[in-house]
Amino acid sequence: MFYRENGQFKTSYRADSQIFPIAQDRWGVLALLAFAVIAVPLLADEYLLRAIFIPFLILSLAALGVNILVGFCGQISLGSGAFMAVGAYAAYNTYVRIEGMPLIVALLSGGFFATLVGLFFGIPSLRVKGLYLAVATLAAQFFCDWVFLRIGWFSNNSSSGSVAVSDLSVLGWSIESPISKYLFCLGVLVVFGVLAKNLVRGAIGREWMAIRDMDVAAAVIGIRPMYAKLSAFAVSSFIVGVAGALWGFIHLGSWEPAAFSVDRSFQLLFMVIIGGMGSIMGSFFGAAFIVVLPIFLNQALPALGSLFGLDISTALVAHTEVMIFGALIVWFLIVEPHGLAKLWSIGKQKLRLWPFPH
Amino acid sequence: MKIRHIVLAGLVASASAGAFAQAKEQFFPVLSGRTGPVAPNATPWANGHNDYMKLVNARGGINGVKTLVEECETGYATDRGVECYERLKNKNGGATVFQPLSTGITFALTEKVAADKISLITSGYGRSDSADGGIFKWNFPLIGHYWVAGDTVLQHIGKKAGGMDKLKGKKIGVAYHDSPFGKELLPILQERAAQYGFTLQLLPVAAPGVEQKATWLQVRREQPDYMILQTWGVMTGTAIKEAQAVGYSREKMFGTWWSGAEPDLKDVGEGAKGYSAVMMQHGAEPQSAVVKDIMDKVHSKGEGAGPKDEVGSVLYMRGVVGAMLATEGVRAAQERFGKGKVMNGEQARWGYENLNLTQAKLDALGFKGVMRPVSTSCADHMGSAWTRVHTWDGSKFVWASDWLQADDQVIRPLVKASADKYAAEKKLTRRTPADCQS
Repeated sequence: MFYRENGQFKTSYRADSQIFPIAQDRWGVLALLAFAVIAVPLLADEYLLRAIFIPFLILSLAALGVNILVGFCGQISLGSGAFMAVGAYAAYNTYVRIEGMPLIVALLSGGFFATLVGLFFGIPSLRVKGLYLAVATLAAQFFCDWVFLRIGWFSNNSSSGSVAVSDLSVLGWSIESPISKYLFCLGVLVVFGVLAKNLVRGAIGREWMAIRDMDVAAAVIGIRPMYAKLSAFAVSSFIVGVAGALWGFIHLGSWEPAAFSVDRSFQLLFMVIIGGMGSIMGSFFGAAFIVVLPIFLNQALPALGSLFGLDISTALVAHTEVMIFGALIVWFLIVEPHGLAKLWSIGKQKLRLWPFPH
Repeated sequence: MKIRHIVLAGLVASASAGAFAQAKEQFFPVLSGRTGPVAPNATPWANGHNDYMKLVNARGGINGVKTLVEECETGYATDRGVECYERLKNKNGGATVFQPLSTGITFALTEKVAADKISLITSGYGRSDSADGGIFKWNFPLIGHYWVAGDTVLQHIGKKAGGMDKLKGKKIGVAYHDSPFGKELLPILQERAAQYGFTLQLLPVAAPGVEQKATWLQVRREQPDYMILQTWGVMTGTAIKEAQAVGYSREKMFGTWWSGAEPDLKDVGEGAKGYSAVMMQHGAEPQSAVVKDIMDKVHSKGEGAGPKDEVGSVLYMRGVVGAMLATEGVRAAQERFGKGKVMNGEQARWGYENLNLTQAKLDALGFKGVMRPVSTSCADHMGSAWTRVHTWDGSKFVWASDWLQADDQVIRPLVKASADKYAAEKKLTRRTPADCQS
């Protein structure tokens, strides 16, 4: 009834090819964005911003990057954590070693170096596929863990191996308060989100998807597999690298290689699988599911227990959180193997017919 | 009209009474590690901490102010630790102090606590250079940090060898957790190695530390004269078992205080006999007065946080000592800001900086024989650098050394140099004497 495109006529190619061709979607996204920019900073307290929204935004960005590689181009990677680490450490080194380095340039340099490393580790993708590639990218993970732990130069020879940044600002805007951090991350995510959406809609995105669906057929119709695969690795690593730099600079402030361990790689891959392979929206859903849900469960369980007069211990809460979370993942994968984004689009389809399904 | 007034007055009164009751509680958040790679070790710590807080309440609170504890589970993961910190810092009238029980979380929180004006007690871990209160206003590595552990373990080894000068030309292996937790120990060892002319063989082990085959094969090949372990959680037991497998004598192995607890050695039993670890003052103290008090006033009423048989074990005692330091800091703050009042984070910080636990005070609290006096100041946020060594006799720990004290002559310049480096990186200035009074 409310969600129907009857009467919305597109009279130009421009109108037909916009990101959200349906007016309701357009307004919905604008309203969501307005809510995120205006209402969230006003309503959310420091805890919500610092512990929920900022990690959610940054990991959404990382999931977006991984989704380009895994979801759109079909190159399974377990080295995303390593590319995040490269981004964080490269940004750190450009930031502390070059006097007067602007923050944005430092963050982008993190992305740039992650691209180089990503390209390098993407080369095996020309020869190996699927699970074999996943194992090959694991090598990137272990190699980067080793490099950042052992080579003192990368951590500015800090005795503990932990590095830290402070006094962040962009063009005189100090990024220290939770609200400014949140807005900064939101801005970066929106910019990269729009760029990524346009990339995957364009020619290059179609090449990636053709490679994903069947690389031999794609090669036959004139797509260069090498170019498509390496460009997917490059774009994906760039975004993941920027996300890593944000994770270190904005969220943690002080980090060690363990912040980007193999667990992080798995986490990102799960975000893409749960959220929806090959969907920009799915990256956000996946990040929310993997980041926010455990924390929500962790807080909701004691409240739920006290409702029934039970005093649940911290350890029990932690274990139950893991069990419920695991069960939910399995349940989602059985109910909707194409991820939360697919559920979302099914919901939209149903809404189009509501209330008169035929 | 009148009824409405009465109801309103009643509501206001009860609301203010509620606020009043709340204002009489001092909030001590707990970042626990009851799950994850260090669960066997972090669980007794949290139980000891919480039991002592209950004991404080049973004894009448801190001058009448009751303690309130709320846990948040980190699982030893830094990002979850930060989340827990954010969740708890403003709860229940504001956190008094945080004890993260993780070096990674300590690093992540060090800047945040300065902005939020909450102290961080990191007894025996965290940043060693934060003992310098002139730079680290909010960090308190009370009664010991890694460099104290490293220095005293070397002193003990020196005694075994028949004098520190006998260490010349010897080779000492260091198996450490490859993270800030492990690496923080190295500067003092390297300093001492240069001073006494022994060589160090560094053997990093990747977290969580269950994969040590290669490390110990290297030990078997190189046969260092002594081994120092800087391990935590599952890693210690693994190291002992691997040492057994390659036939390296446990008599020549010395752990720091995170590597010398019962959960690590129980399973190895006889096999670990002869293994020693340097202890941050206390060891297993089941006979101490405070443990008897906890048994009487907490456990016998069924309010104990954990099983009875762990009460008095090494890590349980470390939790007890941590809670005691946290509450005594508040008591010290009350001396200045008003007895029987709830202290906010800043006031509590003053208390931790002006802690003066004399032997008489400690004895009165039940820590006779467990601890030595602690006295902090603006310049010294550690307050005491005493350690003892205990040895595993096959089923329990027994004391194996007299009191050892870390050499201030060596540690102070190291701390100052490292703190100055941190200050230069962060563009901080050293606190002025006037700031020290605040």
